[in-house]
Amino acid sequence: MSTEAAEAPAPKAGLSGTAILETRAARKEFGGLVACSDIDFVVPERSIVSLIGPNGAGKTTFFNMLTGAYKPTAGEILFAGRDVGGLPPHRITKLGVGRTFQNIRLFQTMTSVENVLVGMHCRLKGGLIRSILRTPGVRREERDALVRARELLRYCGLSERIDDEYSMNLSYGDQRRLEVARALGSEPTLLLLDEPTAGMNPQESADFTRFVSQLRDERGLTILLIEHDMKVVMGVSERITVLDHGEKIAEGSPAEIQANDRVIEAYLGSGAAGGTGAGSGATA
Amino acid sequence: MIDKLPIPRWARRAILPIIIVPLVVLYPEYYTSLGTSQLIPTLSTAVTMTVFVCMAVGLNMVVGYAGLLDLGYVAFYAIGSYVAGWFASTQFASHSIVFGAVGVQSNAIGIHISIWLLLPVAAAMAAAAGVVIGLPTLRLRGDYLALVTLGFGEIIPQVVRNGDNMFGTGFNLTNGVAGITPIDPMGFRYLHGILPFLPDNFLLTPNLDVWFYRVGLLLVAITVFCSIRLRDSRLGRAWVALREDEIAAAAMGVPLMQVKTWAYASGAFFGGAAGCFYGVYQGGAIPDNFKLYISTLLLAMVILGGMGNVWGVCLGAAVLSYLNQQGLGAIGNTINSNFGTNIEITKYEAGLFGLLIVLMMLFRPQGLIPSSRRKAEFDVVKEEHETAGVVVG
Repeated sequence: MSTEAAEAPAPKAGLSGTAILETRAARKEFGGLVACSDIDFVVPERSIVSLIGPNGAGKTTFFNMLTGAYKPTAGEILFAGRDVGGLPPHRITKLGVGRTFQNIRLFQTMTSVENVLVGMHCRLKGGLIRSILRTPGVRREERDALVRARELLRYCGLSERIDDEYSMNLSYGDQRRLEVARALGSEPTLLLLDEPTAGMNPQESADFTRFVSQLRDERGLTILLIEHDMKVVMGVSERITVLDHGEKIAEGSPAEIQANDRVIEAYLGSGAAGGTGAGSGATA
Repeated sequence: MIDKLPIPRWARRAILPIIIVPLVVLYPEYYTSLGTSQLIPTLSTAVTMTVFVCMAVGLNMVVGYAGLLDLGYVAFYAIGSYVAGWFASTQFASHSIVFGAVGVQSNAIGIHISIWLLLPVAAAMAAAAGVVIGLPTLRLRGDYLALVTLGFGEIIPQVVRNGDNMFGTGFNLTNGVAGITPIDPMGFRYLHGILPFLPDNFLLTPNLDVWFYRVGLLLVAITVFCSIRLRDSRLGRAWVALREDEIAAAAMGVPLMQVKTWAYASGAFFGGAAGCFYGVYQGGAIPDNFKLYISTLLLAMVILGGMGNVWGVCLGAAVLSYLNQQGLGAIGNTINSNFGTNIEITKYEAGLFGLLIVLMMLFRPQGLIPSSRRKAEFDVVKEEHETAGVVVG
């Protein structure tokens, strides 16, 4: 049973815009363990790209390299043409990469508005002395920031009632949305969503999928998401990259990925890939 | 009951300050009429209380806002005091610089700078020290950071204790165990000419503590004001965020090192100013005053009052510094004279404060006046414990 047929197809015409994110042989090792092995990866501007793979495939590690939480062992990570590999997270955020977390990491005893305001940190200027004096400039900046924070919360579908509520008291779905709002606060051009629909019911997932497309269409964002829910992945992505055991095993459009033997094997185990045709495989 | 009365919100919020502020400010005018009980804080105790309130509010910026445990805050107090010692005494006898100082001849030996100028200088030097220790150590987290600050809090007193012969060169920086004394007094040297009711020299007023108390209150007011402004600023939000979740804060664009360093520097700033003021009040900078005990006492004040809440910390600091300075001794004497016992209660001071902290942790871990954030946190912990109890039971 051949597993070599995983040649990544050339990018489709509609997606071949300039790459906003590109990794070249990005590699991360923990001791002897290779979590990400020489991954080449391209995200075109204003596209929606998904990263999928079985548990432990190295998806979150890859994310953490992109956002600066981990320093790559080798290879390059180019964001908007600039090598950002190994920069501290706050610098990468300032360059325009926003993210959410797999297991929600909101600031629990801060209100929704405050969470978004922290997200705006790198876009605000108020320094120590000027904050103490509360100069007219700082006053104006804070007022505008508050207005914008509330706008972002509305945009992400959160009601006014939760504005001054501690984020720990929000419902699960609202917390997920607040994470997106907070990430949008830093005015990203690339938004990384780490399993955003985990724990949502089918209805909520469907709503969220629409919201992701809307983010791209209305705000011009590029979106890269890690997702396990194949319905979401197939519904929203223009391109999909599949990781397994830290290696990229396939890349292509949803239809191509569904027909890919190696992907089916990675998800269902060897032997399963034999008789499957296009459209049947990896939808579980 | 009060909730039902038709009083506007701002008025309700103003009630407490309207009562408390005059009581505090006018204390020197009426405290003698409170009776002769030794439990009534003397003015000297009151001055000490203002100093400790300043330092506790400063420490609260580091511990309460940014969540960085600091066990060496006494170092900033020491730095503040020694700045007063260096620049307002005869310590550097080879120089003769007099600038705005009161109570010294214009040709006096040593450096004599006006205390009013030294207060910000001392604060800035303490803040700089905060940055210096901050940069290498703030990469550490939690307990490890606490240990390093503990070390720093020990190093500074050791340096001043042995600083009478720096590196064997014979240069006397700190005058060793004896400390630097006397330090020049405070006074309104220039304003006295325009506004005669402001004394020229506090030491020459009938009750010198009155003016020190007023200046102490001014320092408290400035410290509290700055603390609140910072809490509500972009920086204050970043502090809370990093206390909550460093990784998320960094991912949201908060530069961790910079923000932590600012927390350290601002906390140290007020410790330095308070230390300078206290050095002047005591008339000397003496190594024995800068013990680890002060750091733990300050931390106890923050915890007792309510970490993160300025008003709580003010209350905690006032209560503990009163007990430390006068209250415990007075209580002991009262007990002894009434029951014929012979207990020296001040000997058990550290044990009693320790007991107090243990009791607080058991029954009111969020402090006397908790901040709403801390309260929410503790409520969740409590809930979880109760749920866990149900499961186990």
